[in-house]
Amino acid sequence: MASQPRREPKRPGTADPPWVRIALIAIALVFLALFLFIPVIAVFAEALENGIGAYLAAITDPEARAAIRLTLMTAAIAVPLNVTFGIAASWAIARFDFPGKQMLLTLIDIPFSVSPVIAGMLFVLLLGIRAPLGGWLADHGIRVIFAEPGIVLATIFVTFPLAARELIPIMQAVGSEEEEAAIVLGAGGWQMFFRVTIPNVKWGLLYGLVLCNARAMGEFGAVSVVSGHIRGHTNTMPLYVEILYNDYQFAAAFAVSSLLTLLAIATLVAKHFLERRVVPARQEQDDMAVKVAA
Amino acid sequence: MSIELRNISKKFGDFVAVDNINLHIETGELVALLGLSGSGKTTLLRIIAGLETPDSGEVLFHGEDASAVKVRERKVGFVFQHYALFRHMTVFENIAFGMRVIPRRERPDEAVIARRVHELLKLVQLDFLADRYPSQLSGGQRQRVALARTLAVEPKVLLLDEPFGALDAKVRQELRRWLRRLHDEIKITSVFVTHDQEEALELANRIVVMNQGRIEQIGSAEEVYHHPANAFVYNFLGNVNLFHGRIENGRVFLGDTAVELENTHAHAHPETGKAVLYVRPHLLEIVMKPNGKQTFPATVKSINPAGPQVKVELVAEWGDMVQVEISHERYQALRLATGANVFLRPKEQKLFVYQI
Repeated sequence: MASQPRREPKRPGTADPPWVRIALIAIALVFLALFLFIPVIAVFAEALENGIGAYLAAITDPEARAAIRLTLMTAAIAVPLNVTFGIAASWAIARFDFPGKQMLLTLIDIPFSVSPVIAGMLFVLLLGIRAPLGGWLADHGIRVIFAEPGIVLATIFVTFPLAARELIPIMQAVGSEEEEAAIVLGAGGWQMFFRVTIPNVKWGLLYGLVLCNARAMGEFGAVSVVSGHIRGHTNTMPLYVEILYNDYQFAAAFAVSSLLTLLAIATLVAKHFLERRVVPARQEQDDMAVKVAA
Repeated sequence: MSIELRNISKKFGDFVAVDNINLHIETGELVALLGLSGSGKTTLLRIIAGLETPDSGEVLFHGEDASAVKVRERKVGFVFQHYALFRHMTVFENIAFGMRVIPRRERPDEAVIARRVHELLKLVQLDFLADRYPSQLSGGQRQRVALARTLAVEPKVLLLDEPFGALDAKVRQELRRWLRRLHDEIKITSVFVTHDQEEALELANRIVVMNQGRIEQIGSAEEVYHHPANAFVYNFLGNVNLFHGRIENGRVFLGDTAVELENTHAHAHPETGKAVLYVRPHLLEIVMKPNGKQTFPATVKSINPAGPQVKVELVAEWGDMVQVEISHERYQALRLATGANVFLRPKEQKLFVYQI
């Protein structure tokens, strides 16, 4: 019988054998299923346990609506403020050398490195009724702690590195040449900013905005400390979920949770599409042209 | 518009980028600032544009002090090394940018802008690319778009920072010729920065050779190449061999060999007598036999016959590497081979001796 040459399966020398790949993928999938998919499905299953009517009733309850309103309002204040701050800080850091630049970079990260609960405590210590500043504000009829302003402040604090952190590397990669070109061509400062600077970082900016918004709506720790949990007044959605849960109203708790979960899924989808835009934008300047026949 | 620089100095921290520079550029001239990186040429260009402020000295445009004039009111066109095209705008929008940012009262209407953009695109021969984005263009095309964008605002002065630096050799040559023709056509006062001596020699009316923030020489291509003011200029313009030797009683010693040279302005170190000699590769001749005191022995190390001249690399008797360029005819007549022992003779007495 004519001997057939033995055919080795063709694969590059650096690839692992199939069983290694299959095992690794399986481990990753099992892990994902255990820690992500099953809980997410569980949230919706629990939320709809008593039927769609109970679900709608839970999320249209006046207290739930108040929590949703407060969450939306907090995000509506915190996100624009932090995006503005992020643009200003990243522009300053990417464009200029100034004493204390490294210090500023470190300071921006503080909210990341401090536990949110401690952040909340800081505001209570600073602005609580018994603190001098808080006392003075209370005398003038302004309540910060255990009121909406405290929640907004705490949210701003915890979300404040998000936009800046996203924009700094993009601003640095884009460089200042295009801005200089705009100025030499006769553009004023604002014209340069809106026609060149912002369009160049727009995807990164949107990405930062999405992350900032997700964190602002989902923040629990810092907000929990400053809110005082006054039902219908100072409860944000995450705090309201906790209260419902502690009251054994599981279906309602999961119903409100499902809204936050939907927000998270929407954020992930947005993040996915924005990332695809942000990464090419960063690479673009190194990229040599697709040659077009001249 | 003429440009006058008076006593311009600029430091970055402790680094002196530009050191007391005086320069006059006539209307319609095409001037090259030639130097190595770090010689201050780009800084000087940016000072003219107003993108940097000099620590001292003044810039005069048409005899008037421009220090107080803002960058965007200077009427200068600046072409960046990496083009700096607005990446999110089409070619058309890039070129129109300068007209769109004019205050509304003086801004030309849309039809005028469109006409002007298409005129400029024709001038740079890229009319068919108006709707493309910069990332879809080749390097040479990008640079031409950058130039068109700059010309759109009708600058009085054109400043180009290493305009062809990022392009490959072939495209660079093409663009060089094209820029020369463009300048002949529109006669705009132009200054360009380059580290490529060939580019400077080919393109500029006048060349300003810069080194460590100072001007070493200003002159035409002919002047700086054939009559270098000093060793730096000689060394910088064109390939050059560098010999370490001594000068005693008007005689130059290279290693142990005394080479008799006429007409060298030999300035040796007063105490040690040490000197450096510069000889261009094409000014050395390879001979097979010694010829009195005008030749010195060397050994052939490698031969590169590709190109208009044959490039021969040799080692002189005292160890210095020597590069010689000879014609193909001469190369064949000599029957040179690697390892051959030959003699080198300076063809003309255009040696440059510099004290160390």
